[in-house]
Amino acid sequence: MIETEHLGKRYSRIDAVADLSLKVAPGQVLALLGPNGAGKTTTMRMIAGFLMPGSGRARVCGHDVVAEPLAARRALGYLPEGAPSYGELSVAEFLAFAARVRGLTGVSGRRGLDETIERLQLQPVLAQGIETLSKGYRRRVCLAQALLHDPPALILDEPTDGLDPNQQREVHALIRNMARDRAIIVSTHALGEVRAACNRVAILAQGRLRVEGTPAELERQSRFHHAVSFRAPASALACEMLGRLPEVDAVEVDPVDGRVTVFPRDGQEIFHAVVKLLDEQRVRVDELQLERGRLEDVFRRVTGDADVARAA
Amino acid sequence: MSSMTASATPDRRGSPFAGVFLRELHGYLITPVAWLFSVIFLLSAGAFTFYLGAFFERGQADLDPFFRFHPWLYLVLVPALAMRLWAEERRSGTLELLMTLPIRAWQAVLAKFLAAWLYIGGALALTFPMWLTVNYLGQPDNGVILAGYLGSFLMAGAFLAISECLSVLTRSQVIAFILALAVCFLFLLAGDPLVQQPLLALGSERVADALSGLSLLAHFQAIARGVLDLGDIAYFVLTIVFWLAANTLVLAARRGG
Repeated sequence: MIETEHLGKRYSRIDAVADLSLKVAPGQVLALLGPNGAGKTTTMRMIAGFLMPGSGRARVCGHDVVAEPLAARRALGYLPEGAPSYGELSVAEFLAFAARVRGLTGVSGRRGLDETIERLQLQPVLAQGIETLSKGYRRRVCLAQALLHDPPALILDEPTDGLDPNQQREVHALIRNMARDRAIIVSTHALGEVRAACNRVAILAQGRLRVEGTPAELERQSRFHHAVSFRAPASALACEMLGRLPEVDAVEVDPVDGRVTVFPRDGQEIFHAVVKLLDEQRVRVDELQLERGRLEDVFRRVTGDADVARAA
Repeated sequence: MSSMTASATPDRRGSPFAGVFLRELHGYLITPVAWLFSVIFLLSAGAFTFYLGAFFERGQADLDPFFRFHPWLYLVLVPALAMRLWAEERRSGTLELLMTLPIRAWQAVLAKFLAAWLYIGGALALTFPMWLTVNYLGQPDNGVILAGYLGSFLMAGAFLAISECLSVLTRSQVIAFILALAVCFLFLLAGDPLVQQPLLALGSERVADALSGLSLLAHFQAIARGVLDLGDIAYFVLTIVFWLAANTLVLAARRGG
């Protein structure tokens, strides 16, 4: 369980994080989204104990990060931004260091170390110096450090940054596997990651929580929710008629690929009406699709408001 | 308070302190900077003793010409060895990793200090041929020589504690080095007219007086003469403790910032 209550941090006159209350229970993977400078890293640093909270509280598995810092840190696995590690050490030496600091010695410690190495497929590079490794391997080495002690809570700051698509998929699978009995917070800029690995989303902007919910709930807030899109050459007349349907809000044509999107008024179901009309007009349609809603759209709207507010 | 709740880790024979200490010590054995430190220290300690110190020409069976140059060697070499201690952790971001591990700030500070001090002690111990030579050539007072080694080791510790503390203030190793060099120089010559005159000229006799008591050089010379005064030893110990405590406070304060 990871909890924050009215967590805040002020730098000179700017609120890096303000009044942030989150609760992540075991089994939940929370995606922390937001533009650069929204306060994601500051939030994670406060929970991990690298920064003192300016106001409010943060708890990891019931341990207050200020009152019981060591207990809180023992319960947490943390991948800092940029996945730092000691470049002059080999992978094996670095992991042995992390294990020793965490008190993981003896048979059980050795087993935890071996399991983590196996899980992240680090065997081929164990003896190699970390600074000679590729960016993807370096990130996995630092991720290994966070998983060594099998923590009940995990905070991962951009775990897939710099990984190729195959490695990203592996990390997503890893996160899903670990989620069963752990509380996990993941920050990311890749919105595709949310569907792949997370079951909750929180979007921050200017240090404040703007939206929170399951990915499906957020997608429902998108104007693309229940929209219908298709590709059809020479369908200008049909589009005009679609726009006149009472349940249709707007019809947009993508200038690049010519894809037509029909937006519903107030999230109404319009799929059948659209299909019927296209059929009546004998429009040849390709790639007809009912849209679920787009996180990108919600993200842009929620964080775009912030920009407007800042300008005002 | 927190050890009661540490059920997350079943086996607790390892310790955060040992982890950092061993990693630091290991670092000295694999990085060129540390080897450069040893080689330059040993070469110049020898060269200074025989050339500048006129070891043979004096015709005396003691190691005074050897120890006399230690303060000046340490003045340059210890800040060079210590400049990376925190500055490098800050630059590379590993400070965030270290400070979010279950380790207390003072443990990390002390572990880094002791590893570096031990390494310097090793380099100092490698000057033993000097001791063999003087014993071969005559009958020196080995008690005085032992005191010299002790004083030298303590002085290195004081320089190291100062340099480590100043390294936490910046992410640039060059700035850390220059800062440490300047502060060590000030402490080394606190009793010297070079530092005293400007203070007296400013009319601050009390400050000048207090500062002259802090002179590293005077305390080192007292010990190296073979007079093991408790005050001199306490001076070094307190200096080390003071700077390590300051280091811990700065580290903790950075969390708040």
